[in-house]
Amino acid sequence: MKIKVIVTLKNGVLDPQGKAIQQTLNSMGFPNVNGVRQGKYFDIEIDEKDEIKAKSKVDEMCKKLLANLVIEDFKII
Amino acid sequence: MKSSVIIFPGSNCDRDMDVALKKFGFKNQMVWHNDPKLPKSDLIVLPGGFSFGDYLRCGSIAGKSKIINSVIDFAKSGGLVLGICNGFQILTETGLLPGVLQQNRNIEFICKNIYVKVNNTDNKYFKNIKKNILELHIAHNEGSYFCSNQELKSIQDNNQIAITYCNSKGLSDHEHNPNGAIDNIAGIFNKEKNILGMMPHPERMIDKYLSGEDGSIFFENLIKNFK
Repeated sequence: MKIKVIVTLKNGVLDPQGKAIQQTLNSMGFPNVNGVRQGKYFDIEIDEKDEIKAKSKVDEMCKKLLANLVIEDFKII
Repeated sequence: MKSSVIIFPGSNCDRDMDVALKKFGFKNQMVWHNDPKLPKSDLIVLPGGFSFGDYLRCGSIAGKSKIINSVIDFAKSGGLVLGICNGFQILTETGLLPGVLQQNRNIEFICKNIYVKVNNTDNKYFKNIKKNILELHIAHNEGSYFCSNQELKSIQDNNQIAITYCNSKGLSDHEHNPNGAIDNIAGIFNKEKNILGMMPHPERMIDKYLSGEDGSIFFENLIKNFK
C-alpha cells in the first residue's frame, strides 16, 4: 500500500526559500503571487493491507522522523 | 580525562576535534556511529560536518543512529556532551536540546569569523574562562536557532543561553547576528548545563599563526574544569 505524506512549515515559522521563490515568481511576471511556503512530499510503500493500520504506522513515522514538530506540521493523504 | 568523538558518514570536523582535544590534554578516542556501545568517557563530542548528507533535515538521520541511545543515556546520567555545528543540529533532533536550527536568514552558506559572548559561566564548559568575548569561526547553512516563544522564555528563565553572537566589544544586536538566530543565540545548554550545543567551531581556532587562539582558551578551560 502506498501512503502519501506532506510536511509543511508551521504558520509563523520563517521560510527563506519560500520567500525567495515568491520574489522570483513576482519578478518573472506573476505579480499576484502573495506567498509561497515550501514543503516536502513523501511516497511511502508499506507492506500492510489495512489502510487504517498503515496510516497509523505512518503517523508514528512522521512524529518520530519525517517531521520535526517544533517547526513542521504533517498531513497523511 | 577521556573524550570520545563520534563519527558519522559525512562528519568532517571529527579529526580537527581529535587534534584539538589531544592538544589540550584529553585522551581522545574516535567512535563509529554504528558501534553499539560508548567507550568509557568523561566527554562525548558530536562533531561538525554533514552527517548522512544532511538528508531529510540536518542531523535528523544521525539523531536516530545506533550510538545515539548510548549518548542519550550518558547525557541523562549527567555526562558532558558537546555538539558543534552539525553536532548541535543532532542534539536538537534527538530532543536533548530544545529548539531547532533553521536555514540561515539570507539563504547563504556563511563561512567567517565571528564574536560570541559567554552568557553563563556557572557550568563545566565556561567556569573561570579568562575571556568572555571569544572570536570563533562559523561555517553553516542551517544555523539560525529557532524555538517557540514559550520555549524561549523557559530557556531564558533557566539560564540556558550559553553564547550569543556579538561584535568585538560584546554588543549583541541585529547587525551582528550572522544567520537570523532568535535572540542572537549561537549556543545553548540543557537545563542541567551538562549538554552544550553551539554553531561556532572552537576546534578551528587553536593555532595562533593559522587562525587565532580563542578556541584554545575554550579547550584549556574545559580540561581545567575537569580536574
